[in-house]
Amino acid sequence: MTDSGDNGKMSGRRRFLLVTTSIAGAVAGVGVATPFIRSMMPSERAKAAGAPIEVDISKLEPGMLLTAEWRGKPVWVLKRTSEMLDDLKKLNDQLADPDSERDQQPSYAQNPERSIKPEILVVLGVCTHLGCSPVYRKEIAPADLGADWLGGFFCPCHGSKFDLAGRVYKNVPAPSNLVVPPYTYLSDNRLLVGSDSKESA
Amino acid sequence: MNKQQNSMMEWIDKRFPLTATWKAHLSEYYAPKNFNFWYYFGSLALLVLVNQLLTGIFLTMNYKPDAGMAFASVEYIMRDVDFGWLIRYMHSTGASMFFVVVYLHMFRGMMYGSYRKPRELLWLIGMAIFFVLMSLAFTGYILPWGQMSYWGAQVIVSMFGAIPLIGDTLSNWILGDFMLSDAALNRFFAYHVVTLPVLIVVLVFVHIIALHETGSNNPDGIEIKANKDPQTGIPVDGIPFHPYYTVKDIFGVVGFLIIFCGIIFFAPEMGGYFLEDNNFIPANPLHTPDHIAPVWYFTPYYSMLRAVTVNFLGVDAKLWGVILMAAAVVIFCFLPWLDRSPVKSIRYKGPYFKIALTLFVISFFVLGWLGTKTPTPLYTLLAQIFTVIYFAFFLLMPWYSKIDKTKPEPMNVTK
Repeated sequence: MTDSGDNGKMSGRRRFLLVTTSIAGAVAGVGVATPFIRSMMPSERAKAAGAPIEVDISKLEPGMLLTAEWRGKPVWVLKRTSEMLDDLKKLNDQLADPDSERDQQPSYAQNPERSIKPEILVVLGVCTHLGCSPVYRKEIAPADLGADWLGGFFCPCHGSKFDLAGRVYKNVPAPSNLVVPPYTYLSDNRLLVGSDSKESA
Repeated sequence: MNKQQNSMMEWIDKRFPLTATWKAHLSEYYAPKNFNFWYYFGSLALLVLVNQLLTGIFLTMNYKPDAGMAFASVEYIMRDVDFGWLIRYMHSTGASMFFVVVYLHMFRGMMYGSYRKPRELLWLIGMAIFFVLMSLAFTGYILPWGQMSYWGAQVIVSMFGAIPLIGDTLSNWILGDFMLSDAALNRFFAYHVVTLPVLIVVLVFVHIIALHETGSNNPDGIEIKANKDPQTGIPVDGIPFHPYYTVKDIFGVVGFLIIFCGIIFFAPEMGGYFLEDNNFIPANPLHTPDHIAPVWYFTPYYSMLRAVTVNFLGVDAKLWGVILMAAAVVIFCFLPWLDRSPVKSIRYKGPYFKIALTLFVISFFVLGWLGTKTPTPLYTLLAQIFTVIYFAFFLLMPWYSKIDKTKPEPMNVTK
């Protein structure tokens, strides 16, 4: 320090003032930064958006995939055929989490089909790797996905693979199964996605 | 100079050190006399920066940072604004050419050991510029709000979501929403046109000040300041930057502009590598294009991101991929301390370094090429192999650079 005392040491009084001023300055800095950083969080308007949506599945044929939008994300509703449901069981040893042990679904979808009604799958069409939307590839053993492909979802971004229950394969970049959003049946052919209580419809 | 001008300069110099600055950084800044082709890229990077700043200002006059209007406003610039197409192509081509010249500039530094003592800090400032440049490229690519803008941003922001505990909050903070939306586009615009340009200009200024403190390295990697004329104190191997290198750089600029204009007028999209086909489709949050790849300059890192497919040490493959990708960029910062060779330049280094550098360049290109392809098991395996080679170049350097058989450095610079 150039502004030290006569004997080359800082006096106690000067040191005290230096330390308290620095601390007060740091506190003020954090205080001033707070509103700026907070202003970048999702706004009240953004928080208010995202109400549940209703999906009509009366026209959904077996094997057909329907995409709806909820909170700006694609929600897939897939009506699986009985062959598709049978094939799910053959895949267990190729999957990373075949029994859906990780918390990627509501408890009512923690079953082999990952759904309330076995044939109707409802999942978010968002890859759990880096958020791309995978492609529905229902054909068996296509050239690019190999002879043992039994239908599922393939993410074109980074090559992650999921089966027809949205369960992730082993040794792909995605760490977990596709997310099943909260949903419920309002009637046989009307789904409510985004909430699992009928009252919020 | 006539009398009037002289007194004018005197008047200024008493108030601002104009003549002194001119001398210190141009007419009496002594640079090694043996600069070659590789020394064009520093000044070319400066040229491209000026191009980006100028064209960028004119683009903001017509661009609208609104998710509902952005795509159409870019098309408006392309079709209805007089010479809008030219200004936009200058800007988009400039972005790619920025990476071309910066990658070559960095490669020059790696060949001739420009990162070695006493230029460690110069190298680190340069790396900071590189990080800001990458951020500028990323935020700029989002602005047209096409399919590639949208899904590229989705992937990059999801990477922050991979960070344990704070990931979700952090990505909501970055996006200003619970998904990629207008809020994010609006703030990325603010970063792209205000925050990051100011940062890069300041850093470039600091980079040049640091360069002029240590003096330039040269293809022989010897310090010209170690050998000064005893009478004048001027390095024997030095020549004044102005006029010698200003004239040389003008030659480089002309050559560069011929290529630059060739691209702007004949191949502005560069077959989908500079401007990707899918970005001519407006952003659709419900559908990812079947084939997505980043712009060419990010593909080597993108390959590494998706090369990790196994979980280990209790960490997801996803997080490892993100860590590896970040490490691949940051690792350049450690070069000054990884290189233990007694000589700086590749001219006097031994076969191990030459082989290592060659393998590094090959892996950079192969990873870059793989990053443009749809992943298949074979491509993923190749990406894994070349990722290992890429990192081996850096991590094994302390050993191979030490035991390498070097040649003695000359006393004076050579041709």
